[in-house]
Amino acid sequence: MRPGRTPKVTPGHRPSSRGNGILKLLVNKLIFANLLHRPLRTFLSVLAIGVEVTMILTLVGVSHGTLDATSRRARGVGNDVLIRPPGSIALSLTSAGMSEKLLVKLKDEVPHVTIATGSVVQSLGGLDTLTGVDFTAMNAMAKFKFLAGGPFQQDQDILIDEHYAKQKKLHVGNHLKLVNQDWTVRGVYEEGKLAHILCKVDVLQNLTGNPGKLSQIYLKADNPANAQAIVDKAKELLPGYPIYTMEEFTSLLTASSVGLLDQFVGVVIGVAAIVGFIVVFMAMYTAILERTREIGILKSCGAGPSYILNMLFRETFVIALIGIVFGILLTYGTQWLMQHAVPASLVQETVYYWWPITAAIAIAGAALGTVVPAIKAVRQDATEALSYE
Amino acid sequence: MSESLNPNLQPEIVRNESGEHIVLSTDNLEPLHTPVVNAPIIQVRLLMKTYRTGEVDVHALNGIDLDVPRGQFLAIVGTSGSGKSTLFNILGGLAPPTSGTVKINGRDLAMMNSTERTDLRKRTVGFVFQKYNLLPTLTARQNIQIVRDIAGRPLDFDDQFKEVLEMLGIARRMDHKPRALSGGEQQRVAIARAIVNGPAILLADEPTGNLDTKNSDIVLTLLRDLNKRLGQTILMITHNPEAAAYADRTIQMRDGKIVG
Ligand SMILES: Nc1ncnc2c1ncn2[C@@H]1O[C@H](COP(=O)(O)OP(=O)(O)OP(=O)(O)O)[C@@H](O)[C@H]1O
Ligand SMILES: [Mg+2]
Repeated sequence: MRPGRTPKVTPGHRPSSRGNGILKLLVNKLIFANLLHRPLRTFLSVLAIGVEVTMILTLVGVSHGTLDATSRRARGVGNDVLIRPPGSIALSLTSAGMSEKLLVKLKDEVPHVTIATGSVVQSLGGLDTLTGVDFTAMNAMAKFKFLAGGPFQQDQDILIDEHYAKQKKLHVGNHLKLVNQDWTVRGVYEEGKLAHILCKVDVLQNLTGNPGKLSQIYLKADNPANAQAIVDKAKELLPGYPIYTMEEFTSLLTASSVGLLDQFVGVVIGVAAIVGFIVVFMAMYTAILERTREIGILKSCGAGPSYILNMLFRETFVIALIGIVFGILLTYGTQWLMQHAVPASLVQETVYYWWPITAAIAIAGAALGTVVPAIKAVRQDATEALSYE
Repeated sequence: MSESLNPNLQPEIVRNESGEHIVLSTDNLEPLHTPVVNAPIIQVRLLMKTYRTGEVDVHALNGIDLDVPRGQFLAIVGTSGSGKSTLFNILGGLAPPTSGTVKINGRDLAMMNSTERTDLRKRTVGFVFQKYNLLPTLTARQNIQIVRDIAGRPLDFDDQFKEVLEMLGIARRMDHKPRALSGGEQQRVAIARAIVNGPAILLADEPTGNLDTKNSDIVLTLLRDLNKRLGQTILMITHNPEAAAYADRTIQMRDGKIVG
């Protein structure tokens, strides 16, 4: 510094930490400018990631929801012990394989049993079932709450739960056809009890050609603490029969279906992630081909590989983020569809803890799709990019 | 900003009424960076560059020897295809030479790794192209700021750089996108971008090739002012003898060689 010369004040000069926010903003501006430059491509990328996210979340939501609803209904019966026909597994729709005579035997010979009743289950196709019950005995255990109408009056009466009533827009007095038979809705009960559709047990037994046979037996204990004692005694009386406390049964139900669903969910996640990967790969690849010149300019200005990679991955990240939000919104749409358009037993829940998991899957797929195009961008010759129009 | 545009340098700027013309006092200029005992800032020895396209070898550079003293304004003229742009790409570390040595500021480019060559473009060498090469989606200001961002420096312009923008006559066009600027204005933005990080060397490849006479004059005057005022070493490729007349020295290239 020479004497007599005062250094200039430079108010514009700020420590670089201050500039960081603006810096991010600027790079984001370039990124948004790039994204907006090709709105259709950006939109398609966002759409693809959105669909990917929706696929995963809907599947997870449906599997969780359906499972939860099933076990809720099973618990809603109010029994403490469940007996199923020999050779049946937890989730199977059972054939009627047990004699009604067992009810009396169990009630008389097993201590602590206060109520013993049974049901017959008939598949209606899909996941829907028609369940035959002895209403008086079942009601003593499950304590149905009627929202409209009441118990069976005639043989061709059915009772439906609120969920099914809403879905099929059914009211007391309506008629419908199930298992080649006309039925009259006699009552609508609060959901969460046993099944969606109930009829008289003997009617269904005759209809399906299994008179006197049951597919499940429910036992109520005088005290829930005695459930295990009942199971032990019942196993003595009925060797070879699967007999569970309700606690055992619901955990079994969850475990076996979760095992099955996990594989299915895994496959769908794989497919969804691959779709997201391919779309992002294509989008970024064409984007980089188009932007050869721009990348060359940045290189001529001193941008190194890390700067260029950073820019491209941020761009992908923005697309993925918007796609994820879009996908989550779309999932509420599928949830609405499930509620209003598909069979009663499919229930879709919003499984929040899967949001971050799904987001991570989508971001990972998109990032993977960016790797190869990004490497191409870093490697490409800046001088060629700059010399040609 | 101040550390690179040399805080010791306090040029006096006097504008005429229209605010366009600038008179500079150049009596107290100092070089931008501490000189390596008056060694040339660019030293090229026996430089060869051969492109292999298919079966044919193109000898773009065929044994170049060149010394450029610090602070010189050098014009390079020569027929199309004589290797001028190739020489620039090698000087800026954008392309590797086939053989020979290039020293910038006394440092051999061949001894640098790719990060150091990138840093060379961040801090030591600035490019100006015939086609301006501004990023079309960004405003003039953002085009300049992104180069500061790349160098990892604060984005705000300090007073000294604002003066440079005034001098370039684009201070009031900063928020326009390139397509809203004239060719001359775009080229002046490109010059501002090239010098915003205070590089010691400016490589201008036909900076007036796309400009009319009036805009050419403005740009050439600016380059000469930058050279005189800030001590910037400038290498300028041109086809135009009138443009070359602005420089301190002119060399001529033919077939990858310097012929005078
Ligand atoms: N990437 C490349 N691959 C192959 N040959 C190249 C490449 N770049 C340049 N050349 C060749 O090298 C020679 C020199 O090219 P260069 O661009 O340096 O010439 P120039 O003097 O800048 O010409 P102009 O005045 O037309 O810009 C030319 O014959 C050109 O065809
Ligand atoms: Mg050229």
